Amino acid sequence: MSTGGLTAVIQNASGCLDKARNQWQKFNTWLELDSSHLSPGRQLSVKYFTVAVILFFAQILFGLLAATQFLAPGFLYEILDFSVNRMVHINAMVVWMLYGFIGCVYWLLEEESGTEIVGLKLGNIAFWVLTAAVTVVVLVYLLVQIGPGKDSSLWLINEGREYIEAPRWADIGIVVVILIFFYNVVATFSKGKWSGIAGVLTLDLVALAGLYVAGMFYMTNITHDQYWWWWVIHLWVEATWEVLVGVIMAWSLMKLLGVKRKIVEIWLYIEVALMFGSGILGLGHHYFWIGTPEYWLTIGGFFSALEPIPLVAMVVHALYDAGTHSFKNSNHPAVAWIIAQAFGNFFGAGVWGFMHTLPQINLYTHGTQWSASHGHLAFFGAYATINIAFFYLAIQHWRGNVWMGGGMANNWRWKWALGLLNAGVLGMTIALLIAGYEQSFIERAVGGSTWGGYFDAQNHPAFVSAMAWRLFFGLVTAAGFVLLVWDLMTIGKTETRKAQVIE
Amino acid sequence: MTETPPLWASESFWKKTAIWVTAGSFLILVVLTFDSLSQTTAGSKRVPGYAVINKKIDYRFDKSVNKFMPVIGEDEPLFGQALSEEDAKGLVDLGKKTVQSKNCMNCHTLLGNGAYYAPDLTKAWLDQGWVSPELREDLMIKFLMDPEKNARTFGSNRKMPNLKITEPEAKGIVAFLKWMSSIDTNGFPYNFKTIEAEE
Repeated sequence: MSTGGLTAVIQNASGCLDKARNQWQKFNTWLELDSSHLSPGRQLSVKYFTVAVILFFAQILFGLLAATQFLAPGFLYEILDFSVNRMVHINAMVVWMLYGFIGCVYWLLEEESGTEIVGLKLGNIAFWVLTAAVTVVVLVYLLVQIGPGKDSSLWLINEGREYIEAPRWADIGIVVVILIFFYNVVATFSKGKWSGIAGVLTLDLVALAGLYVAGMFYMTNITHDQYWWWWVIHLWVEATWEVLVGVIMAWSLMKLLGVKRKIVEIWLYIEVALMFGSGILGLGHHYFWIGTPEYWLTIGGFFSALEPIPLVAMVVHALYDAGTHSFKNSNHPAVAWIIAQAFGNFFGAGVWGFMHTLPQINLYTHGTQWSASHGHLAFFGAYATINIAFFYLAIQHWRGNVWMGGGMANNWRWKWALGLLNAGVLGMTIALLIAGYEQSFIERAVGGSTWGGYFDAQNHPAFVSAMAWRLFFGLVTAAGFVLLVWDLMTIGKTETRKAQVIE
Repeated sequence: MTETPPLWASESFWKKTAIWVTAGSFLILVVLTFDSLSQTTAGSKRVPGYAVINKKIDYRFDKSVNKFMPVIGEDEPLFGQALSEEDAKGLVDLGKKTVQSKNCMNCHTLLGNGAYYAPDLTKAWLDQGWVSPELREDLMIKFLMDPEKNARTFGSNRKMPNLKITEPEAKGIVAFLKWMSSIDTNGFPYNFKTIEAEE
């Protein structure tokens, strides 16, 4: 290439960069967000929330691609195969929820401890390191996808274990970042003041970080492999994450509704006792069929049947508190999402989990779309909702703690976003449940789980139409997401009133 | 309100309860984990050693325990070659690593866990889809190495993509699947008719 050509390319590129910068500036001016309304700790928190929203989008996008492949298997065949789309779908979900949780904790940390975050700079570095690592992992998932059957593939490309596919180098990075986060939490509370919420949060984070390590080993023996794998997945999702949500919920009920600290902290202890009391041994419901001893049928069945109880307690807690305060609150969209959390958690994790948790039923439902049905409603109901509530809380303060009650401009947007997202996920849940029932009968009970039985069930009109409905409700969910993002970017923009003060 | 709350409604009672319940449950889990891991090491009654791939494996309903159980039979070396426990482990290990590196679990289920876009692999070695025990090994290798040309779609149009599996890797996967089919999974899957079953 001649020098002249090279100069032209450079000029062109810098022209494009300038254009992009201009657009970005225009977009920022349009957003009208003023970060000086936020403390430095909360500025870090909203960074996490922003990436969480982007990953939420990735989750929905790749979910739609995978859902389409159920109906049109040739779609993106050998370009972005189902395995790739599905992996990005579930990984984006796990990671956006973690980003959301970290954001929530940074959001409440300063106010709860009464002091500034101790290692703010370190926290910011950790954020950028984690975000860069997540980007690299996703790019490798999409572009490299698979490797030869060697250790190097597990270290660099993909560990091939559902939910924790991230290659080993990223595992180590994640642990380091979580330790920095943990240090910030503990050091900040130690410098400021401790509380019941602070204590539960700290102990829960120890468990959360420690459990991840259980998933970082390769084992030839698949029974042992899945044994430890479930330690991570189950003890995260059905124990430590639930308690984390309990902590975040407790704090937000105090702030949004003005519930007394004493009440939320007693409830929090009750929830911890019930959640860990049922959830830790409830782990046994994943040990029915992986080669582990028969006593898990009894232990897992019994304790996992108790798992809905803390979720009932959480519904009672949230609704009772909201009721005694006559639903008077400082942020209507956030409280609406918290109520959605209470019900979504109870139905998705509690009822949908209980429906197929007993071994006598699970023998037929294990590994069918039942699990997908439960997974969709539970992850959305228990975790997406509470994060969205905090997005609204964050945006309210980002705009200078403005009014977010009745009579807001464009009130319909948050309500429709709430309605569409909930209707979309519930619709997918029901469609997948129908598919799961059909599979349990035709593939499992009649077909004996052979490959022939599997495909008899997959080709059945009831299954195919359920998959079509799932895609339709996936699109409804996507529409809800678009509206949610639009609303988050515009809500409170023209608002001049200050937020309602809650006593 | 000046009354002190009853014990069951007090903060300290629930705080202690939370700590004791959590610690107690976790302790029980740790004890059970030691027991479960020792009962499921390769070479145990529930999880046979890797050299089981030298044997014929079947899966039948056992009336005495009222569930389906793996049945280990006479010699039937994989690819016609009997392997030592160590060599068998090496082969199964290559298969397991390949299964992970190729991300099989995000379409298939293994022991019922994974994604639901392709059939369960728990008893794939015993599936009647491989026509007969004599043709099975060859069909499996061909399928794994070129799944597009040797597609087994069962009328679904769903085809496994070409994952660039080499011949040694394909053999490893078959060994891994054969070994996995010998694990006592408490009767999961139920009602499975194997390639050995007489009609």
